[in-house]
Amino acid sequence: MVYLTRKIEFSASHLYHSPALSVEENRRIFGKCNNPHGHGHNYTLEVTVEGEPDPVTGMVLDLKELKAILEREITERMDHRFLNYEVAELKGQIPTCENIARVIWKLLEPKITQGRLHKVRLYESADIFAECCRNGASRA
Amino acid sequence: MSDALKVVFGRRYRFAASHRLHTEELSEAENSRVFGKCNNRFGHGHNYVVEIHVSGPVDPVTGMIVNLTELDRFVEREVIEPFDHKSLNEDVEAFRTKVPTTENLCKEIYGRLKDFPLAKLELVRIEETSNNAFEYAG
Repeated sequence: MVYLTRKIEFSASHLYHSPALSVEENRRIFGKCNNPHGHGHNYTLEVTVEGEPDPVTGMVLDLKELKAILEREITERMDHRFLNYEVAELKGQIPTCENIARVIWKLLEPKITQGRLHKVRLYESADIFAECCRNGASRA
Repeated sequence: MSDALKVVFGRRYRFAASHRLHTEELSEAENSRVFGKCNNRFGHGHNYVVEIHVSGPVDPVTGMIVNLTELDRFVEREVIEPFDHKSLNEDVEAFRTKVPTTENLCKEIYGRLKDFPLAKLELVRIEETSNNAFEYAG
């Protein structure tokens, strides 16, 4: 099996607030992220696809194709957006790194038809990320 | 979907420490041959980057596997405070008998963090420099 990874960046704002919690609990649990006006990050997304290289082209999938999928599904949807209000797939969820990574997995998984989506890793900053993969998958 | 998916949260921490690679099991000449510059008797230091991966169910209310402040507090207490601006050989009990290679450091830090009560420790990755990285998953 070969794993290939493509990286994209997007910038977006968000805030953490749960209607299931009181004002005080929201503040205690989410801290600065609970600012009602929101704040933003430069997100970095790494998408890893697994597969065997095609015997003719030598590719698992055409990177141009992957680039187009990421542009259409992720950049257009999330770049320079307010994640809480403008990304339908995140409605009703706190846009934590974990939840955004899961949404990204769900968006990309059916679109990648050459090879198979192996992993998405979403960095909110250089030091914080969340990663999604299938249960039991290799850590590659 | 969620059940078939594994979600991992990752966080990077930093500390600076000195060490010397040296073992009493080997002669002076062998230590020098095996460990090279790292055997310098006065030690040397690194800016270590420690990446911690934890997994678990994503809380439906908070959207989190674990609250970052809880993880930070635990790692700060178990790893950063005892290791930052310390001599690994002199100040960390485990390295009085073991060579403080980054392989052994990965295992030591994994051991200190594996009982984190709020999420499952998946992996410890240490970058000793920007060119050398080590991982341990238990």
